[in-house]
Amino acid sequence: MHLEEFAEGNSLLHRIDPRIKIITFLIFCSFCSSSNHLKISFLYLLYGLFLLVIAKLKLKALAIRLLAANFFILFIWIFIPLSHPGNPYFEIGPFKVSLEGLSLALNITLKCNAIILATLSLLATSNIFSLAHALLHFKVPAKLVTIFFLFYRYITVMHEEYLQIKRTVVARGFVSKTNFHTYQTYAYLVGALILKSFERADEIYKAMLCRGFKGFFPLLEHFTLKKVDLIFGFLSSLVSILIWLKI
Amino acid sequence: MHISEGVLSPGVLMVGGIFTLGGLFWGLKIIKTEDLPKIAVLSSTFFVASLIHIPIGPTSAHLILNGLVGILLGWAAFPAIFLGLIFQALLFQFGGFTTLGVNTFAMAFPAVISYYLFSLFKRHSKLLFLGAFLGGAQAIILGTIFISIALLETEKSFLSMVTALLTTHFPIAIIEGIITGLVVSYLKKVKPEVLK
Repeated sequence: MHLEEFAEGNSLLHRIDPRIKIITFLIFCSFCSSSNHLKISFLYLLYGLFLLVIAKLKLKALAIRLLAANFFILFIWIFIPLSHPGNPYFEIGPFKVSLEGLSLALNITLKCNAIILATLSLLATSNIFSLAHALLHFKVPAKLVTIFFLFYRYITVMHEEYLQIKRTVVARGFVSKTNFHTYQTYAYLVGALILKSFERADEIYKAMLCRGFKGFFPLLEHFTLKKVDLIFGFLSSLVSILIWLKI
Repeated sequence: MHISEGVLSPGVLMVGGIFTLGGLFWGLKIIKTEDLPKIAVLSSTFFVASLIHIPIGPTSAHLILNGLVGILLGWAAFPAIFLGLIFQALLFQFGGFTTLGVNTFAMAFPAVISYYLFSLFKRHSKLLFLGAFLGGAQAIILGTIFISIALLETEKSFLSMVTALLTTHFPIAIIEGIITGLVVSYLKKVKPEVLK
């Protein structure tokens, strides 16, 4: 599994201090998610697009992500305009479509995509380990960050274990269908993965103890705030707030 | 089952966030240092398991298994699910960061309920499957109810969508229950000490 495809790159946003990026992202999100006006949400989407252009992300991969993320939004477009009580209505065949419902669905779509663009350009441009490092600087409990770190590290390992068991099962002629046998096979597969993770976790803990683990990972490298980081953080937060204030 | 960005009102997001913070605080408090790798690697496994698609008639659904997470991890389900949802939002753009609180609580609180429900059954080896089935099915149903409340509190016209959500999750709950039951029976046979 290639999980961090957007973290590779050399744009301005890739080089900005992850701490600054997390703060500007949080400011962007909290203002954008509370927007009730189509115009404001649209401006946030434009700002998200602007960040994306600076981050120079791969367009094809980006389009696939956006499509997948908009799947839930599709349901909103199906259900809300047809069932919203707000007037006025216009009719398409047997259906009454509410204009207020349509504008609500549009607003949700704009906000959702704006925040996703900000996620991709601000957070996904750092690798997971520098984000974890930044979280420690924000005084997030060390236990949570340690789990975060190991969790991420072992996703690919457990995914390989899964693929290995899956290959064995398929080699023995397993075909996935809607029946009890299929459910049993998948359940035992998950069970086997759980056993492997218990064994693996035991080994990891012993290895960590051998290396002097005391419940946290010490920070050896430190971030250094540069002028460009501060300027970016200031301007980016300012734009998020100004849009919200309708200026 | 996770709600995307931009859907819920700020008030609902705040309430979800506060509940999740409470769960996280308690979950992290009772985790012992020696259990950190176990919780992390099990979380990775559940993350991988959520990528498995199970056929249901003509369609398929991915496994959620939050009931099983609860049965194995107890209150540590809160950090496990919280981090899992962070990775999904960050790596696949499923769910989102603003909805993290609501989504985590909707999945992790039913997981904790499964933990207590299952502990009532686990001393009787004949009732083990039943206990795990109820834990697994309950976790999906209760989670969907929480999600529905969050949607309805935001906007009354979400009602038709909520009805659709609840009906489609009923068969999923049954299948999750069966799979949770089977996984627990398997663990009981192969390595019973895992279930304590």
